Amino acid sequence: MGGYILKRLVSAVPVLLGITVIVFAIMSLIPGDPATAILGSYATPENVEKLNRDLGLDKPLVQQYFIWIGNMLQGDFGRSFALNRPVLDEVLDRFSATLVLAGAAFILCAVLGIIAGVISAARQYGWADRAITVAVILGISIPSFFLGMMMILFFAVRLKWLPVSGMYAIYGGGDLPDLLRHLAMPAIALSLVATGVVARLSRAAMLEVLRQDFIRTARAKGVGEGRVIWGHALRAAMVSIIPVLGIQAGFVLSGAVYIEIVFQWPGVGRMLVDAILKRDLLLVQGGVVFVAACYVFFNIVVDVAQSLLDPRIRT
Amino acid sequence: MSTFIKLLARNRLAIFGAAVLGVIILLIVVTPLLPLPDPDATATADRFKRPFSDGFILGTDHLGRDLLSRLLWGTQLSLAVGLAAALIAGTVGAAIGIVAGYFGGRIDNVIMRAIDMLMAFPYILLALAIVAALGPGLLNALYAVAAVNIPFFARNVRGVTVSIAHKEFVDAARLSGMGHIRILTTEILPNVLPVVIIAMSTTIGWMILETAGLSFLGLGSQPPQADLGSMLGEARAALITAPHTSIVPGMMILLIVMSVNLLGDGVRDALDPRLRSGALSRPMAATLVRRDETPPEEAETEAVLSLENLQTRFEVGSRIYRAVGGVSLAINPGECVGLIGESGSGKSVTALSVMGLVASPPGIITGGAVRLNGQDLIGAPYRRLRALRGDRVAYIFQDPLSTLHPLYRVGDQLTEAIRVHHRISRDAAHERAVKLLEDVRIPNARARIRSYPHELSGGMRQRVAIAMALANEPEVIIADEPTTALDVTVQAQILKLLDDLRRDRGVSILFITHDFGVVGQLCDRVAVMYAGRIVEEGTTAEVLDAPAHPYTKRLIACVPELGAGRRELHAIPGLPPAVDQLPHGCAFAPRCHKATGLCATSEIELTGTGRKVRCILPEEDVA
Repeated sequence: MGGYILKRLVSAVPVLLGITVIVFAIMSLIPGDPATAILGSYATPENVEKLNRDLGLDKPLVQQYFIWIGNMLQGDFGRSFALNRPVLDEVLDRFSATLVLAGAAFILCAVLGIIAGVISAARQYGWADRAITVAVILGISIPSFFLGMMMILFFAVRLKWLPVSGMYAIYGGGDLPDLLRHLAMPAIALSLVATGVVARLSRAAMLEVLRQDFIRTARAKGVGEGRVIWGHALRAAMVSIIPVLGIQAGFVLSGAVYIEIVFQWPGVGRMLVDAILKRDLLLVQGGVVFVAACYVFFNIVVDVAQSLLDPRIRT
Repeated sequence: MSTFIKLLARNRLAIFGAAVLGVIILLIVVTPLLPLPDPDATATADRFKRPFSDGFILGTDHLGRDLLSRLLWGTQLSLAVGLAAALIAGTVGAAIGIVAGYFGGRIDNVIMRAIDMLMAFPYILLALAIVAALGPGLLNALYAVAAVNIPFFARNVRGVTVSIAHKEFVDAARLSGMGHIRILTTEILPNVLPVVIIAMSTTIGWMILETAGLSFLGLGSQPPQADLGSMLGEARAALITAPHTSIVPGMMILLIVMSVNLLGDGVRDALDPRLRSGALSRPMAATLVRRDETPPEEAETEAVLSLENLQTRFEVGSRIYRAVGGVSLAINPGECVGLIGESGSGKSVTALSVMGLVASPPGIITGGAVRLNGQDLIGAPYRRLRALRGDRVAYIFQDPLSTLHPLYRVGDQLTEAIRVHHRISRDAAHERAVKLLEDVRIPNARARIRSYPHELSGGMRQRVAIAMALANEPEVIIADEPTTALDVTVQAQILKLLDDLRRDRGVSILFITHDFGVVGQLCDRVAVMYAGRIVEEGTTAEVLDAPAHPYTKRLIACVPELGAGRRELHAIPGLPPAVDQLPHGCAFAPRCHKATGLCATSEIELTGTGRKVRCILPEEDVA
């Protein structure tokens, strides 16, 4: 087991390097001169030249890349000029908020999606299956940002059940119940599409598994139908559901950008959009690399979970 | 093609999607002709008019612009951008995939590694990085969305290309001296195109949504130009005071994405052959029973298990396959009865019908009775059936690799078999499981019990399956070709084991097989099945030594005998009849060299007592 984890960690190194190369390549596509972008068009040529030298932009691209990588490995992601603080500090602050939101949405989509998919398969062509199928079609078609806005209108403005936006109440908030009240709508809005996708693929995976011989064996043993479905069949179906969960984690992380804007959640997605609009490129670059790296590690966790479930992978 | 359209037309959701999408497309096509105000004409006096007021059908936005006009022009822009993104992603992705798949080797390796890297990003990060580099703007957002979707197309197309790159027609083109470019465009591309189109139809909804999303964030279309996403983004500031400005573009995005998704799903389903055959329906907990009449209680017999005129059929669409067409068979305590026949003769379906294990749909039990100690099981409530399964009647199936659960340790599967019928502790069940494995002569049982099925050999796996069948000391074991998947030496060991167990424990066995050699080693009596019916029955010695039915005789003649001289082997000419169109009278008549006109005129009964045959011209006299 330990060997398998180590192997997966080692295989992540080239992926991480690839990510930095891609981000660096995209960022060097920027037309014009970053120093001018930072200083504005009224800057004197001397100042522009000095800043270029300070940022190391007068060096060849390859050298710039290795300097950038070297600095990142030492925890130096550069400095955000718009916020005037180290990029890594800002990203870490914001990413923790995103993690709360995306984590909650991910748990929702995994739990609800699998339950809906299993019920749908077990009751194939029954009314529950039809209802779930229609709900899934609606769920995967509604843009999360629109859904979020409608939820604000209905649950926050009309019914006044939940706060409109933010992560904590400005006065007197800050405890867990307060966080949960603020989290409920964004997490649900964010999870809906992923829940639909998980439900749909879980249903297909279950239908595939339920036709297998070992299910007939379980029934022939006298195992009750509940245990056949939620034990024998789901366990085998998880082998194909877990990779889907890994992909959905990426979608949840992506969708968080929209939800953070709609609900003014202080997360890393909103930070990135603000940074793009302010042309704060070091912040964009650092943020993208950091979040992508986290996603790579999450996928390793998914692979390890998969190997725990399926003894055939480990050998 | 026509079946594709027929299948698509049968899918009501897809038709609904097509209709909605059709209306939307029609609307944006005629938009320039409609008497609409300029979508960008501001009139601050008319800000935030509600729908249906002052001649504004959908009201106005924060600058007093007509929402209907903006909606239609915005829809046009959104659809155009989504479509363009799909085309770009499809074209570039397909080109990359074709090159990687066709040339293979190092080129393939490098390209696919790069694609893997791109897929390691949550998609929006990549899109944001691209927009950050190029600057906000609709065209840049379009490029970003297209770029993000290229890996998906490249992967799919590469897979298809690899599968056809070494087909004969490609080799032929290569040998005829065609250049790579010509082969790619004239031979590969036409075969890859359908895949690209399907992939597009399933992703175009996403791309519309993604570009709308970037515009919503303010990174796509810039004012005054507006697509649906930026309309929604601008309306957000007035969400609470003028919700209609948000709802109008939001609903339109929902409608477009939903209709595209429905249509795309319909196209994919219509092209997926597995859905076409209806094979993807799952079997229910017990076989459906649709019996017109309950057979009367029979007189007391000594038989532990008796089938009476059992009928099981499969209904697939309008076709009816009579897999079991009235089978009667009795098994006495401690007896081993062989049920023998070719594949498709209905012997396995007969065996599975006993405990309602025939896959349903499409299987239905339509008549007859299955009595266990005199009590009918057909139509018994599921709870009673479940209580008897594995407890009084246990099964052993053919291929233990697929019939044992691949992800549970064999010990857990064994203890489960015990614990679903007996309330005993985990430890006690474990001890019992070890004992069972020892009984079926698995060496080192205490260690083996922690193995997964894939870690055991075929013979060991089948021993585990037999141990599982023995777990609750059943009265009857139904063994459905338990040795067919094993090699000959292991087969002999397993047969020996079954024979010993039967003699030690007095359990009755219904043994399903296609092999007369196996029957001879194990069975007291044998019944021969053909096209869903028993055609001959008797003690093993009688049937093997003097087969009465022409079919049995010829079937035995097919069995090679070791060291038995130069007997000629005869295959039976022709094939068994399809059970959805059985001939009148004797089903074997078309293949029988003794058949006369009489054989096909009327039903032929199974005659005799004890020794029975269903033939009017039997080889041996059985009466």
